[in-house]
Amino acid sequence: METNTQRLLHTFAALADLGQEIADTGDFEEMLRASFHLLLGSLAIRRGAVGEYDRERGELRLIAARGLGESPELVLPLASERARHLASLGSSLTLDEARSEAGNFLEDHKDAFASVEIDLLVPLVVRERLIGAVLLGEKATGEKFTEEDLQIVGALARHIGVGIHSHRLLEEVEHKAEENRRLYEGLRAIYKETVHAFAAAIDIKDRYTQGHSVRVGKYSEIIARELGWSDDAVEGIAIAGYLHDIGKLIVDLNVINSPERFNAKESKEMSRHPAAGYEILAPISHPYADIPLMARYHHERLDGNGYPDGLKGDEIPPGAKIVTLADSFDAMTTDRPYRKRLALVDVLADFRANTGTQFEPAVVCAFCRAFLKEIEGTSKEKRLMKLLGKNYEDVESVSPLLTQLISDLDGGAMAATASSH
Amino acid sequence: MADTTGETPVQARCIGDTAIIYASDYLNKLSGERIERECKRQLESGCRALVINFRDTELVNSIGVSILMGVIDAAEQNTAQLIFSDVNSHTAKLFEMLGLTRLVSVAKDENEALALVAPQTNVAGSTS
Repeated sequence: METNTQRLLHTFAALADLGQEIADTGDFEEMLRASFHLLLGSLAIRRGAVGEYDRERGELRLIAARGLGESPELVLPLASERARHLASLGSSLTLDEARSEAGNFLEDHKDAFASVEIDLLVPLVVRERLIGAVLLGEKATGEKFTEEDLQIVGALARHIGVGIHSHRLLEEVEHKAEENRRLYEGLRAIYKETVHAFAAAIDIKDRYTQGHSVRVGKYSEIIARELGWSDDAVEGIAIAGYLHDIGKLIVDLNVINSPERFNAKESKEMSRHPAAGYEILAPISHPYADIPLMARYHHERLDGNGYPDGLKGDEIPPGAKIVTLADSFDAMTTDRPYRKRLALVDVLADFRANTGTQFEPAVVCAFCRAFLKEIEGTSKEKRLMKLLGKNYEDVESVSPLLTQLISDLDGGAMAATASSH
Repeated sequence: MADTTGETPVQARCIGDTAIIYASDYLNKLSGERIERECKRQLESGCRALVINFRDTELVNSIGVSILMGVIDAAEQNTAQLIFSDVNSHTAKLFEMLGLTRLVSVAKDENEALALVAPQTNVAGSTS
């Protein structure tokens, strides 16, 4: 084989191998070291180094070196004027320029390279910016570098420059993504704190139902988790629970705090709150789906006798069905001015009586399952029982009722009731 | 010496203070680094001559060449002799074209390589 052909093939192979090394997004410094070896091996160059230029610090950091002594200095200052000049030369500089720049470099770093001969300096430039530099010493042949050699070095250097540049872009993207993630987490935290503040504001307005919104949020979360909703959706339903009564902010304070059962006029005033809540929540960009709809529809019923829109069955969003049950459960298990809290037996009797007409069977079933798990101890957390508080000490006694209700719901007995409405 | 890296160990044997190291079929980054490590290990353990046998080597890529240059440097620093043997014609041309043959002796086979090495004191063989 002709020497020139063999040289050409060896160079092509080096370029092909270099492409593979650069495409490897694993260890950046290892990629750079391998690329440097490829460059040295393509022309059997005995000594040299490859460095990455840090514009902020004005430094050339050597990543790989050979034949530069025992412990070559790894970080070398590189003035910005010099960097700009090298960038202007690019990787396709002439042999004289490469030699001259090597001379300048050695002059600038006499102490670091006192006894080392560097013949060429080839800047690594991408988009007119200095990315790094390759320093090259003598060839194994002992011959001087030729223009042809420099073209080979230049071609390989351009690839290495692109490799460093791509790595930096990737790092920048990862950094930005991390920044955005933190920003997003921060905004989410602010959103949640705002929601909690709103929930507190709603509950302060209604002195008889203090803590109601927060409890409805937590009951809704428990039910949604039992239904197998995703973490994000569970977070969303909790928020919907916290905000479901936000429309009460526009309801007359005297009505809300009326010690008697509502009369017709008061009921009408009170029934404005779901739609009002929707109006308040709709303009806000919530990080969770359907929060305003869950506020609007938490007084809808499966049989269509709810308000404000009289939706039926599947017209009601699943989240609203959960909030409805959570809302009712908390209403029944807390004291009201016109009645005392109900016993759990009576609460479950209400569930049984109204499943399929007011409550979604699957939601009631999920609630009962979650409750039963806590009573039987198969669920580590006792969230539901903690929310009920010490007013309900004998919760274990309702286990048979829960079991029966679950069985009836799973067996379809209650679903048949639902379908009959 | 037991291989603790989990890699395929480099075949090597010692004759006196000469180490014969067998290169693999393709001398690239991975196999080249193994050879370089083995050569440096042999030099550190007192070998005065290294023979790299290329009988199985069909191809040497640029990284392989660069690593061999590193071995040449290491041998020079340790004032040890370095000889390449059993190099196929393609690789021999490559080494010649790149100037490696100016820095290292190339022998036709292992016997010729051993003959090029300065007289040995111990000729008992061992394989690692």
